[in-house]
Order: sequence, then C-alpha cells, then structure tokens
Amino acid sequence: MKIERLKTDLLIIGGGTAGCYAAITAAQNASQETVGLKILIVEKANVKRSGCLAAGVNALNAYITEGRTPKDYVEYAKKDADGIVREDLLYTISEKFNDVTAHLEKLGLVILKDKNGKYVTRGNRNIKINGENIKPILADAVKKLPNVTVLNHVNIFDFSVHNNKIDGAFGFGIENDTFYAIEARAVIIATGGAAGLYRPNNPGFSRHKMWYPPFNTGAGYAMGIRHGAEMTTFEMRFIALRCKDTIAPTGTLAQGVGAKQVNALGDVYETKYGISTSERVYGTVVENLEGRGPCYLRTVGITPAQEESLLKAYLNMAPSQTIRWLENETPSKANVEIEGTEPYIVGGHTASGYWVDTKRATTIQGLFAAGDVAGGAPQKYVTGALAEGEIAAKSAAEYIESLSALRQAQGPDVQFKVAEPAEATIKEEEIANHVAEIEKFLSNEKGPQTTENLEEAMQTVMDSYAGGIKTSYRYSENQLNQAKKEIEIIEKLTDNLNATDLQEVMYIYELKERLTVCKSVIAHLAARHETRWHSFAENLDYPEKDDINFRKYVNSRLENGEIKIILRELTAEGQRNYEHQH
Amino acid sequence: MSISIDQSKCIGCGKCHDVCPGTLIKINENKKAFIKYPKDCWGCTSCIKECPVHAISFFLGEDIGGKGSKVHTEKVNGLVRWIVEFPDGSVKTIDIDPKESNKY
Ligand SMILES: Cc1cc2nc3c(=O)[nH]c(=O)nc-3n(C[C@H](O)[C@H](O)[C@H](O)COP(=O)(O)OP(=O)(O)OC[C@H]3O[C@@H](n4cnc5c(N)ncnc54)[C@H](O)[C@@H]3O)c2cc1C
Ligand code: SF4
Ligand code: SF4
Repeated sequence: MKIERLKTDLLIIGGGTAGCYAAITAAQNASQETVGLKILIVEKANVKRSGCLAAGVNALNAYITEGRTPKDYVEYAKKDADGIVREDLLYTISEKFNDVTAHLEKLGLVILKDKNGKYVTRGNRNIKINGENIKPILADAVKKLPNVTVLNHVNIFDFSVHNNKIDGAFGFGIENDTFYAIEARAVIIATGGAAGLYRPNNPGFSRHKMWYPPFNTGAGYAMGIRHGAEMTTFEMRFIALRCKDTIAPTGTLAQGVGAKQVNALGDVYETKYGISTSERVYGTVVENLEGRGPCYLRTVGITPAQEESLLKAYLNMAPSQTIRWLENETPSKANVEIEGTEPYIVGGHTASGYWVDTKRATTIQGLFAAGDVAGGAPQKYVTGALAEGEIAAKSAAEYIESLSALRQAQGPDVQFKVAEPAEATIKEEEIANHVAEIEKFLSNEKGPQTTENLEEAMQTVMDSYAGGIKTSYRYSENQLNQAKKEIEIIEKLTDNLNATDLQEVMYIYELKERLTVCKSVIAHLAARHETRWHSFAENLDYPEKDDINFRKYVNSRLENGEIKIILRELTAEGQRNYEHQH
Repeated sequence: MSISIDQSKCIGCGKCHDVCPGTLIKINENKKAFIKYPKDCWGCTSCIKECPVHAISFFLGEDIGGKGSKVHTEKVNGLVRWIVEFPDGSVKTIDIDPKESNKY
C-alpha cells in the first residue's frame, strides 16, 4: 500500500448534494483573506453520480411557493415532527431554499414553468423539475472551480482529532492501493445518512433495492460518535411508505391519478390515522396488524391514457415499477400494493444527526456538518442540503480566517497566510497505526465469519429487537437490551474479518460504522420514554406521548466508551440563533 | 434489481465503472466491463444511461416480482426510448420526451 500525505485548507468529506454545494460556495465566496483557499473533496464513489441524487429526482420538495413564507415551512416541519426540531436550523435553511434553487437553475437544472413563466408547483412546498441530471450538473460546476480538487473512489474512515479539535482525516483509495493522511484546517462532513442498519424488505438477491442509497453507511455519524461529538434525535427513524418490492415513490399515484390508500376490504383508511409522515406509515401498519391488509393505492379502473402516463412517469423516475407492471399486471387491472421500508437514520427527512449550532458547527472544533448527516432540521431534502452546504462552507471559511488571525496575533515567526498549507498535525505514528489496522484485515486468515454474514446478523438483530419490519417497528426496553448485547458481540467479531482488497476493507469499515450507529440508535430509542411518533419510535413500554418530560431533544455523547444520554430543552418559539455552551 | 452487461457489445470505455455510486462495476483483462457485486446493485440506472453502446440492461430479481425481462434505454431523436425485451422474445418500446417527462 502506498502512503500519501495531503494538505488542504478545507476538507469536504462526501461529494454529494451538500458536499458539492459547500465546495461551490467556499470557492466562490472567498473573502480577501481566504482567496486561494485550497479545497479538497474526498468522495468514496465518483461525484458525477454519487449519493442520494445518483438516479435523479423529479421535484424539489422544499421551496417557498408564492404567498408562503419561510415561517410557514418551519411551522410545517415542526408540526410533522411534533415539536422536536431546531427552529434556528429550519429558519436558516428555509430562508435559502429559493436562492439555492435559482442558483441550480443558473447551473443548468431545468425547472418546469407554466405559461406565465412561473415555476410549476406540486402542493404548497414542491416544485417540479427535470432532475435526472441534477448530480452531473453539480459535479460539472465543481469541476470548473480552479481551487477545488476532487479525490474520487477514496473512502474516509477516521477523523484526526486532537484535544477535541479536528485537523484532518484518514482514508484509502479503494482501487489504487493508496492510504491517504489528509491534513486540513477545517473539515465539513457531508456523508449523508445511514441505510442498511435494519433487515430490508427483501433480504435476498434484491437486498439493495432500498429507498436510501445503500452506499451511505453512516460513516459520518460513526466517526463523530467515536470522537465524542454530540448527536441528536437518533430515535426519530425514517420509514418510507412505498410501492411494494420496487420501493418506488407513491406520490405520483396519489397526486397524478388521485389513487386513494385502501385496505383489502376496499375501505379508504388514510384519513383515519392522521396525515403526518409517521402517521401515514402507522396507518398502513395497523391495517395490516388488524387483519385488513394488504394495503393498496387504488388504481383499478383508471383510463388507458392515465395508465400510459403512469408507465412513462415511473420509467422516468423509478423504472423498476414500470417493468414490474409490464411483467405482472398493469395499474388499471390491479391495485398497487404499498408497504413501509425498513427504518433509516437520515437527517434530511427526520431530525437525527450531529448536534450543530446555527452555523452548522458540531461540538468538535473545526468540524462542520451539512445535509443528511446533520441533525435538528427534518424535511431538509435537496434544497435544504444545498443550503446547509452553503452555511457550513461560510462558517468553515470564517473559522479558517479566525485561525490565521490568531496565528498573526501570536507574532511574526509563526505568521502564515491562509493559502499556505497547514502545519503537520498528523504524526507518523498515527499513520502507521491506521495502516496496520487495514493491513491486519488484508492478512487475517479467512475465518468462519464473513463481512456479509455479520452484516446480515446485525440487520436481523435490529429487525427483531430494535423495532424493525418484523415487529411492525415496535420495541420494548427488554428487546432493546437484547439488541445492545447482540450488537456488541457482533462488533467484537468484526476484528477477525478478512479482506482480499481495499474494496473489501471498505466493506468491513462500513459494517463497523453501521454497528456504531446501531448502538446509538438503540440507546436513543431506550431513552425516549414515550411514543411521540408512531412507527418511527413506537415504544411498547411507553405507548403514550409525554409532553411534560419529553418535549425535549434526546442527545448523546460517547464518554469513556459508554453512550451518555443528555436531555436538552427545546429552542424557544421563533428562536433564530443557537450557540454551543462550551 | 440488478444489471447485466453484454460483453460482446462493450467497448471498454469505463464510463459505467466511473459513475456507479457503489463502485460495483469493474473492467477485466480483456477490457470488458462486468458487475462484480450484482447483489449490491441499488438499481439507480446510472450505468445504463452512461453506456455509449447500450451494452447494459437491468432486470428485476425474482424476489421482487421479476419474470426475466431485460430493459435498456437509448436516445433516439432527442427522445428517451426504453426497450423492454420479454423472455418470450417480444419487445415493447416506450418513448419519452424529456421535456414532457414530468407532467404526470
Ligand atoms: C431515493 C431518493 C429520492 C429522493 N427524492 C427527492 C426529491 O424528489 N426531492 C427532494 O427535494 N429530495 C429528495 N430526496 C432527498 C435528498 O436527495 C437528500 O436529502 C439530499 O440529497 C441529501 O444530501 P447529502 O449531501 O446529505 O447526501 P448525499 O447526496 O447522499 O451525499 C453523501 C455523499 O457522501 C459520500 N460518502 C459517504 N460515505 C463516505 C465516506 N466514508 N467517504 C467518502 N465519501 C463518502 C457518498 O458517496 C455521497 O456522495 C431523495 C432522497 C432519496 C434517497
Ligand atoms: S444500476 Fe446503479 S448501482 Fe447498479 S450497477 Fe448500475 S450504476 Fe451501479
Ligand atoms: S459504459 Fe458500456 S461500453 Fe463502456 S465499459 Fe461500460 S459497458 Fe462497456
């Protein structure tokens, strides 16, 4: 394995939606001091088509439409999460939704317009786009920036943190046999959320036919957790209600042809359980539990023209659904069955992730978080991830400036400009330790356990004891205790795993990341002694909501190897700013 | 769902390898692309859209209702053409005008 040392001013880990936009912002908004700021994006795949946007999207789900205000959006997200949100975070993204949209359009995104040149909306908060190529558009914009370097196919697996201050990260090229020790003055983490913690709907051949990208494995969460960063709301899991098997979205059926959610008896049940995101999932769960399943979107009887348009619409955004129709029965002949997915941890839909201040600074000095990895602001979606990328980039640039100002104040001999590389902060010994860990996996004897089998074991534990599909997303304290015990056993077994190349080493680290995240999810589920969101966190020991004790954030931090739970008071109504108390 | 690559068509350009968000596709010694981890495919279709010679198609696994059809896409006169080849040899094509693709 070759060993390369790199130095940069700003390191962005994860070149997805938030990461690319952070680079664009940092490169374009450079102030006098930060002109020439060196920016490095490290991406485990290739920025052209990585992360959530790989397949493209057909709407921007978060937009302030005419007659609405950012406050309306904040209120909506707050209500949907039953109060457990950070208003300062929601305000700061809502105020940027329309600007980042305009910027995307300038970069080449096609946004649908009506006869009067106005954006075509879908509901109160969505606008329609032809977004198949949204990720290539972002990647192209990044490519044009002279001071941004992109390292593709490099997986980051650890931060370099000294005295709670980040100064770089460690990674390896999965195809070029190279280890990277990267020094940086500030770091933005933008690795997205975590899929693959729970056993999926179809664990066999199609195990990766899931909603969230299976390649977002929670690396950002795990690295932060291990270095003692404070995390929030991991108990608010996200479960998507989707077309069965293909996991295709249901919105086009509901909105496009007015298909109602019906149970096996043909009764419309969607109005019975409430309309929040979690209640919609819960309604379907209860109908099944009470013997009125399977549940469907009622499409039988739609016109041939409607059917044709549906076949096309799904080819465009979720082609497997169209093929499923063509290979089986088309929607005019058979209703479309719906089901909940396995739970995900994803801060762009629910509120789980890093505990950040309004500037998106985490509790590790010099580390900023943006997108699905950052907590507190659900219903973030594409535009929210872009907005957070922008905010984090500006904060990181400001932080870098403050570092050099500090150095200048300390006297001429240590003075240096931002454009100069950071001083060596990563020790040779630290590099050697990380390299040795990787080489151990490459030299371990092939034992009885494989990465694949342990991953399945982990998913089965989470499914059975931490509220997976098997238990209709419900769990009890006793079950969670069992989950904790078994996850810890699996974790120990990972040290003996064997890999034949660095891609397989990456699979081992991904498994370890997921296990770390699982432990936090379990601790958070156990800490919220109430059921505030059905299905997302359905605690059988505490089936009721408890506003007196749990209108609070459940946060956590790893201290001496133990997850310490911290209950924090909600930010005040309309609060625009939040600072960490150090 | 997963993909299959027709190696007789593949010209070894490597574009599918570059775009796969899971880095699942590799190029072999004969300069032909193959999917090394078929069960790990997310089904995003990035590779299919990228392939200049339409060598890649996708299919649904039996566990999610697949019946053996293969699907690929081509650009024809500015339209996106989807071509479904059924196991009995019959073929269905559906053309989509990208400008109209999101009106439903
Ligand atoms: C299937 C799907 C459909 C969606 N549809 C819509 C929609 O129609 N409208 C809408 O507004 N929103 C939609 N969303 C939500 C929106 O796409 C996401 O919230 C947003 O893109 C998240 O951005 P992100 O930057 O946090 O994550 P991503 O864009 O996923 O970026 C994370 C990046 O980090 C990389 N990475 C991960 N781990 C590592 C590591 N260890 N080292 C290096 N790199 C790493 C990944 O490869 C990836 O490129 C959808 C999401 C999904 C999953
Ligand atoms: S469909 Fe997507 S995940 Fe599957 S091989 Fe192609 S690019 Fe990779
Ligand atoms: S994109 Fe097509 S031609 Fe190029 S390597 Fe892949 S399969 Fe072969």
